[in-house]
Amino acid sequence: MMTYDELTDAAAEEIARQQGYHQCVRVCMAAGCLSQHHDAIKLALEQAVKDQGRAGEVQIKGVGCMGLCAAGPLVMVEPEGVLYERVSPEDASEIIAVLGSEPVQRLVCPTDVPFFERQVKIVLENSGVIDPESIEEYIAAGGYEGLNRALTELSPNEVIAELVRSGLRGRGGAGYPTGLKWSTVAKAISDTKYVVCNGDEGDPGAFMDRSVLESDPHRIIEGMAIAGYAVGANRGFIYVRAEYPLAIERLKLALRHAKRNALLGNNILGTGFDFNLEIRLGAGAYVCGEETALMASIEGKRGMPRPRPPYPADHGLWGAPTLVNNVETFASIAPILRRGGDWYASIGSETSKGTKVFALAGQIRNTGLIEVPMGITLTEIVHEIGGGTPNGRQVKAVQTGGPTGGCIPEAYFDTPVDYESLAKLGSIMGSGGMIVMDDSSSMVEVARYFMEFCMTESCGKCIPCRVGTAQMYRLLDKFSQGRATTADLDLLEQLCDLTLNASLCGLGQSAPNPVLSTLRYFRDEYLARLLPAEPALAPAPDSPAA
Amino acid sequence: MATRSRIKTLKINGRDVSAHEDETILDVAMEHGVFIPTLCQIEGLTISGACRLCLVEVAGWRRLVPACATHVEEGMEINTDTERLRNYRRMIIELLFSEGNHVCAVCVSNGNCELQALAQRLGMDHVRFTNLQPVRLVDMTHDRFVLDRNRCILCLRCVRVCDEIEGAHTWDVKGRGSEARVVSDLATPWGDSATCTSCGKCVNVCPVGALVKKGRAIGEMVKRQDFLPYLSNMREVKK
Repeated sequence: MMTYDELTDAAAEEIARQQGYHQCVRVCMAAGCLSQHHDAIKLALEQAVKDQGRAGEVQIKGVGCMGLCAAGPLVMVEPEGVLYERVSPEDASEIIAVLGSEPVQRLVCPTDVPFFERQVKIVLENSGVIDPESIEEYIAAGGYEGLNRALTELSPNEVIAELVRSGLRGRGGAGYPTGLKWSTVAKAISDTKYVVCNGDEGDPGAFMDRSVLESDPHRIIEGMAIAGYAVGANRGFIYVRAEYPLAIERLKLALRHAKRNALLGNNILGTGFDFNLEIRLGAGAYVCGEETALMASIEGKRGMPRPRPPYPADHGLWGAPTLVNNVETFASIAPILRRGGDWYASIGSETSKGTKVFALAGQIRNTGLIEVPMGITLTEIVHEIGGGTPNGRQVKAVQTGGPTGGCIPEAYFDTPVDYESLAKLGSIMGSGGMIVMDDSSSMVEVARYFMEFCMTESCGKCIPCRVGTAQMYRLLDKFSQGRATTADLDLLEQLCDLTLNASLCGLGQSAPNPVLSTLRYFRDEYLARLLPAEPALAPAPDSPAA
Repeated sequence: MATRSRIKTLKINGRDVSAHEDETILDVAMEHGVFIPTLCQIEGLTISGACRLCLVEVAGWRRLVPACATHVEEGMEINTDTERLRNYRRMIIELLFSEGNHVCAVCVSNGNCELQALAQRLGMDHVRFTNLQPVRLVDMTHDRFVLDRNRCILCLRCVRVCDEIEGAHTWDVKGRGSEARVVSDLATPWGDSATCTSCGKCVNVCPVGALVKKGRAIGEMVKRQDFLPYLSNMREVKK
């Protein structure tokens, strides 16, 4: 049986071994850079090290996402802290040859820019730094310290109290206070309870959860084990969509390593606490990100939502009390336990504490993943960190919260990013997708695109969502083709109202958001596409043309 | 056998009523003769909450709640019949009509159809939406029954009765959104089904003319649903 001290000793040994190298070249091995054949770059770098006879001096390390996907493939040289962008395998020997002297200027990516300097990394603290396939590196970076502290120093109630103090709110989108959710599940009386991690990230343009799972999988395992201890659950499920093969592979490896090191399974760290984790794969349905549909899917049923209440905290997986949190929420747990709830609460805004990871996509220069303190303004995110549009065009709006979020026009970019402020603007925080649109985007087309997404992803159970989204899509299509009438506009607004208020689950209830927010801020674009008003008396069909 | 159940008092449409704590708003409303339209709900099967016709307003609650799936609470003030709800209900029926082939004049269930009855009662006299005209197949492979998916409203009563009462689970749903279809076994013809017992329960619970007996002419198909409370009550007693 491993104790925590033995684990940290093993980790320290690993660090000592790594410090034997003069230099470390970190290569991003997350899906964004891998899609640009980054594995070939790693091989080329390793070959270059061998060819130049520096095998004992230079370490080539595959790491997780470094964030600036727009400039990928990325390579980082430590300890100099030189970041190379758009690296190709042909650059490998040159990069290795100049190690320790002047860097290769044409590849250097400046790191003294707002994109790097304005970020505050908690969830992503290890991303791009440690090897996601090495548990020793995670432990050496302070990993499993939070779990050890929870198990050996705190009672379950104290863990929850720490979380309540942190002010952490659910990062899946709705922002439900995490401490409150945990205490509800903890209070439920049942022999069996479950902890579920929602990794069914399906919003177009969003890849926060994928990146965390690929870059730092142990963080999720640690967060879930702490949750299991706090709420009294001995079994958990990580629900990951099957479209994330690399995340699944790294997660599987991490689970094996954690089990081998007594950090999962029975009698964790010799404390007598048992917690077992299994992976469940989603089969491609967006609606399975809705917690009741997700649980149905884990149970092996068709992934369709059911009415709440009863909430999962009371009646979840197989009827047992179940804690469902999203990947980013679980990723925030270990740092809170390690550094305390007060520390976490000192970051962020009044109502929304801590940091939030956003995936910047669309018409923006610095496409990629960022982590910023809550309360930062949209201007700072889009113009400073994001660097504005790549072609110098005017930014028109930013779509937050995925297909069921809303479009916020540039006039409101001084709004702080927190749950309440975004809701007031008719959008949602959502899971963290941010799609930037420039003045060439048609908002009617944007609304139509997202409605098409909701229409095809509706499960088909409730009528307002199944047929309502299909009819709204038809109406938006009419607008898009310039065939709509004022009656169509009226009907569209009525359908938005119905779908919003009468749908069964969050998908339907928020599906009208893109339409409502674009109608609110860009109504003139809809009006411009109306058919010209009918003349009072249409000429008879056989009347001669004027 | 008699277990203790707490009594709650509440108001429905301004009327004071009392109810057991395990009753739903719909149970209490029906008991007091208050009409709430329903389509997916049928006594004897599990609650689905899918059709959203039974949505009601509860004073002080932000969201509308389905009467079939919401338990009573002390002091609730429920409104079942407001202008807003009437509008929503009419629109939901309109959406259903826009989604399939609901031409009553040529339907075997004409005059005995729950959708038709609701449309009349809720005053849905025309459909403002374009018909979506989905491609939906008719299955006539069974000896005695027909499934016309063009008339199906996806209430999933057939799926539930087959699973929960007959225990065969012949029916289930394939596809998502507008592509969702009721299928037998693994989307194979009903007539080839290895699990179907030909009990006819699905036909009898179907609220419309989607599942019917063969050889019926227009308006001749009458469903009998009285077996359902009988069977489920028998199970309750046995428990």
